[in-house]
Amino acid sequence: MADQTLPISGPLGEAYPSRGTWLEWLHSWVVTVDHKKLGILYVVYAIFFLLVAGGEAMAIRIQLAFPHNHFVSPEVYNELFTMHGTTMVFLVGMPILFGFANYLVPLMIGARDMAFPRLNAFSFWLTAFGGLMLYFSIIGGFGLYGMGSAPDIGWFAYAPLTAKAFTPGHNTDYWALALIVSGFGTLGTAINIIATTLSMRCKGMTLMRMPLFVWLMLVVSAMTLVTITPLTAAQVMLLIDRYLGGHFFDAQAGGSPIVWIHFFWIFGHPEVYILVLPAFAIANEVIPVFSRKAVFGYPAMVAASVGIAFVSMTVWAHHMFTVGMTSVGNTFFVLSTMIVGIPTGIKIFNWLATMWGGRIHFATPMLFATGFLFQFLIAGLTGIMLSVAPWDWQLHNSYFVIAHFHYVLVGAIVFNIFAAIYYWYPKATGRMLSETLGKWHFWLFLIGFHITFDTMHFVGLLGMPRSIYTYEPDRGWNTLNLIISIGGFIQAIAVLIFAWNLIHSYFRGKEAGNDPWDAWTLEWATPSPPPAYNFATDPVVRSRRPLWDLKHPKDPDWKYER
Amino acid sequence: MSTIPIFADESWRLPSRGRVGMLSLIVGESGIFTIFVVAYIYYIGRSTTGPTPRILEVPIFNTVCLLSSSLTIWLAERAIEHSFVRRFAALWALTMALGIEFLAGTAIEWRTLIFEDHLTVRTNLFGTTFYSLVGLHATHVIVGLIGLSLVMIFTLLGRVNRAHAERIQVLALYWHFVDAVWVVVFTVVYIVGR
Repeated sequence: MADQTLPISGPLGEAYPSRGTWLEWLHSWVVTVDHKKLGILYVVYAIFFLLVAGGEAMAIRIQLAFPHNHFVSPEVYNELFTMHGTTMVFLVGMPILFGFANYLVPLMIGARDMAFPRLNAFSFWLTAFGGLMLYFSIIGGFGLYGMGSAPDIGWFAYAPLTAKAFTPGHNTDYWALALIVSGFGTLGTAINIIATTLSMRCKGMTLMRMPLFVWLMLVVSAMTLVTITPLTAAQVMLLIDRYLGGHFFDAQAGGSPIVWIHFFWIFGHPEVYILVLPAFAIANEVIPVFSRKAVFGYPAMVAASVGIAFVSMTVWAHHMFTVGMTSVGNTFFVLSTMIVGIPTGIKIFNWLATMWGGRIHFATPMLFATGFLFQFLIAGLTGIMLSVAPWDWQLHNSYFVIAHFHYVLVGAIVFNIFAAIYYWYPKATGRMLSETLGKWHFWLFLIGFHITFDTMHFVGLLGMPRSIYTYEPDRGWNTLNLIISIGGFIQAIAVLIFAWNLIHSYFRGKEAGNDPWDAWTLEWATPSPPPAYNFATDPVVRSRRPLWDLKHPKDPDWKYER
Repeated sequence: MSTIPIFADESWRLPSRGRVGMLSLIVGESGIFTIFVVAYIYYIGRSTTGPTPRILEVPIFNTVCLLSSSLTIWLAERAIEHSFVRRFAALWALTMALGIEFLAGTAIEWRTLIFEDHLTVRTNLFGTTFYSLVGLHATHVIVGLIGLSLVMIFTLLGRVNRAHAERIQVLALYWHFVDAVWVVVFTVVYIVGR
């Protein structure tokens, strides 16, 4: 039984060679294949684009704050909402989730690195240059004269608007190529995470002992394999249409724009789950630690995640109720969409049961995770409303839909991303984020979020369509739009406080130590920040909470787990 | 309550990361092919003008060559597992020759289609879907051949031995996938679609 040890690495002198000159430091980041450095690069890259796309959202809100406003031109407005959507999904959501997976999965399963470290670096740089290429369109893609040049086709780029006849110039090509490039990066990372999870686990880390975070990242990566690739295929078709004169989406030659819509949403809907499952993954780690209880219903959580992955592949056409499908088609997608509510409901109840009777400690990560629980419930309920085809016929493409998916993307995903950053920042940097600034960030963001997105449901119900440049003053949307914009700015202030907190705490933050939250997963057994090799000797685990076993040798988990 | 402790000396086996990685890539590639195949099937008979799939000749010899390359590469895998490096090199070269024959056959087929039947991507929907699906597969054959030729170079330099058997099997998985996809493409394009 001498194997029951978790190596806390020795002195750090050798682990951290001195930084050397600035150039050496930069070089070390560019050539790195260390999963932790790449994880940090992903997260920093995503936070940068979060600020960019947030700025775009602010410009949109200024434009819509008053009727007949002319803050930006209609052409620039189209570019703003296209770039906002594309950036948030592909350059913020995906990279940040893969950043966390990169950083945490090897640490949590007791491995020294990912399965393919060089593929890992290659994937990051593909993703990074994909993002740069998208933004290069602003100076490089010639649109119509005077129209600017960023993509202006909406993030879903519906045919036939993307045809050469309707979108001359190269902005659509930048959109397609940038996403194909970053898509290959995503595919590489997904393959890497799957191989790492299945083949790099330390001794005793059976599948059913893996932290739920790792389980969900495995599920997400598997979904990524079959979700990103249809988008890549459809974008290749789009480029064939645009450059080789193909007819895939050309109705005049017998092609069908509806086929693009199907292909896009075959990607687009599972994509939502690819983004939200990592948010669940974060909640699965944060909520138990701050409730001081093991997560409730571990096997049910695993089953629900796998269930969501499968069901989410069969729901895409609920984005297409107004296209005019058969009633059989409509009914199928109504039912499949409603079925997703079952596994997600299981998850919500399990988190509540985890908190129930726990000694809840509302540190900033837990505040954000609690906000997530509440908001994700509402997002799920409006989702079920929209899954009913007749209701969707009424509200399709209205601000009600915008409010619904921002409730998911911001209320659930961004809240949990913040939770994750507050939770793991001490591990990655060795310093705590300021709790005071964190509380300001949380409350301002929460209030701003609800002012904006709760109100958005109402303008939607009053009939305001999405993607409109401006509106007539007599529609009764004026006050509500102003309120939405004010809420947006409160959120922006909160995010700036957060950015300041990240920078300030890096230099002035409290020393974190190895395990500031008294947590239970393996990453907290390493020094903060962990050395390049992670673990001095390979850990051996005997339960789902290896650090609990170590801290409580008289009452270890493995006595109760099977 | 019984306990099931895990001991350090217990045998702890994990799947090969190379195989897992390659199988994941294959799943992802299947996603790309599925979309192109679905588009092909959906657009059968929807062309508004010009040549129909009737003009296609069924490439039986090509198909036999490509599918038998799966057999030769499997024999090569077995040869290197048993350290028969010369036999491995011969079988590997044969596999590559069969792959190159397939590409050459495709090139001849396309030449006929383009210059005699005047079918290009631009002509009609059939042209668009045909060239993109068959071309997507041919691209994968080319990528596979690049991988195979790397191994061939190392073999000729005398650097390949039994220790590399697993890596070679991982690469061979990709080749098997390319062959398997051809069965689907062949069925859809030359049997169902024609």
